[in-house]
Amino acid sequence: MRKFDTKVQYLKYKVLREVARQAWNDTLLENVLEIPKTIVPGKTPTMRCCVYKERAILAERVKVAMGGNKENPNIIEVIDIACDECPAAGYEVTASCRGCLAHRCEDVCPRGAISFDHNHVAHIDKSKCVECGQCAKVCPYSAIVNRKRPCQNACKIKAISINENNAASIDNNKCISCGACVYQCPFGAIMDKSFILNVVDLLKKSEQGRNYKLYAVVAPSISSQFTYAKLGQVITGLKKLGFHTVVEAALGADLVAMKESRELVEKGFLTSSCCPAFVAYIKSEFPDLVPFISHNLSPMAAIGEYIKKTSENAKVVFIGPCTSKKMEAQLESVKPHVDAVLTFEELQALFDSRDIDITTLEEGVLDNASYFGRIFARSGGLSDAVSQALKEQGMEGFPLKASVCDGIEACRVALLKKSKNVLDANFIEGMACTGGCIGGAGCLTHGEKNKAEVDKYGREAMEKTISDAVSVLQ
Amino acid sequence: MKITVCIGSSCHIKGSRQVVEQLQYLIKENNLDDKVELGGTFCMGNCQKGVCVTVDDTFYSVTPDSTKEFFEKQVLAKV
Repeated sequence: MRKFDTKVQYLKYKVLREVARQAWNDTLLENVLEIPKTIVPGKTPTMRCCVYKERAILAERVKVAMGGNKENPNIIEVIDIACDECPAAGYEVTASCRGCLAHRCEDVCPRGAISFDHNHVAHIDKSKCVECGQCAKVCPYSAIVNRKRPCQNACKIKAISINENNAASIDNNKCISCGACVYQCPFGAIMDKSFILNVVDLLKKSEQGRNYKLYAVVAPSISSQFTYAKLGQVITGLKKLGFHTVVEAALGADLVAMKESRELVEKGFLTSSCCPAFVAYIKSEFPDLVPFISHNLSPMAAIGEYIKKTSENAKVVFIGPCTSKKMEAQLESVKPHVDAVLTFEELQALFDSRDIDITTLEEGVLDNASYFGRIFARSGGLSDAVSQALKEQGMEGFPLKASVCDGIEACRVALLKKSKNVLDANFIEGMACTGGCIGGAGCLTHGEKNKAEVDKYGREAMEKTISDAVSVLQ
Repeated sequence: MKITVCIGSSCHIKGSRQVVEQLQYLIKENNLDDKVELGGTFCMGNCQKGVCVTVDDTFYSVTPDSTKEFFEKQVLAKV
């Protein structure tokens, strides 16, 4: 059964697993330099020009797995020597140009940037080209291509540029830590810092709950992950690792839906605050709209706060699909509620670092939240939950008009309209990742079926209404 | 007096919400709001015996059906 989408994820996983394994055995310090050799043994290169470069890059991956560069506040980090310095020349005519007579490319170009040599082959004058892409569209031989770096293409908010060494470089003031580039870079040159060592440390020091109880809060998108096993087996696996118990972040989402719907009625216009990348984006690009961001904590922080309020000596680890949650957990307003954040990728590494094969475990149970809290994991779910919460609280008279923004580009369009006062909606559901959280960079796999899996998991919830789910929290 | 009801997954499936709701009702009905504090917690580590309830530090195994009886014996009689 396939565990990861790409070999880059698999490589990253192997590094995380080794780092965690050494940490469990208290041998990380003495063996840290040996990890690259463990992963790439022998003399034959399997990924790059030579094993030495492979190991040098792996040594950098080990650093990121151990928390990365402390001087760089961004969760997302470029590994310079891993960057393959992909071509980034923009539109180019390839050898497929047959020197035809029609010259559609020339006719369609709004800037007159296309000329022809003595063989009738087209050339693009870079000083005139505005990268509109019209020529590429009309060429009957598909001879014109757009050479854009996958990282820059993935980063729809344009936070990635090319530095003087021709490597990718992230503008920390713009970056929202969504991890799109992490997932898209075919060379694995951009990675999210890991806090897996903090989690191993928290697990060890808890001594199976004797010193403090360690709670795993899992995001509802977990229902579309670990598909090679049963969700109940994942829950048992978490307890086997040493977590006291597992709680659904979706219950935090139920709480958020109740509060956010009331806040919406009170203020008349609101944007969601669940997605930390979306919130970071508003703060950096649309500062005038900051007052409209819901004042509610995110589901992760809300349930973390509740756990710590009701259980003495509790510590909380959030496990989800999201790299940006790692950034959110460092915010002053969230720090007290969440002690560490792991991605699903990292959880897989953590299981295997203890040789826990979850497929052999009995099934535990996970049932705290309602259908509506659970469907927060996919685009549109949050708006459905707010609509439901309005009904359940007798505020169905409020004319909810949600703008469901699937992906950061859609968020940008809605925010731009709002800033010009032409948005036909009173609620913006902003999700930076396409598809919602199930599209997160920290997912093991991304697939067509994930949305259906989330909906199915939602329907399996024992509580059918949000009020019922949150009634135990009063 | 502090009553804590387990609201972890296992107890939730066995009906901890119904237990909580009944206790909320009974506390109100008997005007014990200022004497009894009702709270929830995730997992008391005794899942087989759920729904797990503690009164101060004493453990009880309660079901939605036995909540009224539990309340009369362990709460009402002792406050």
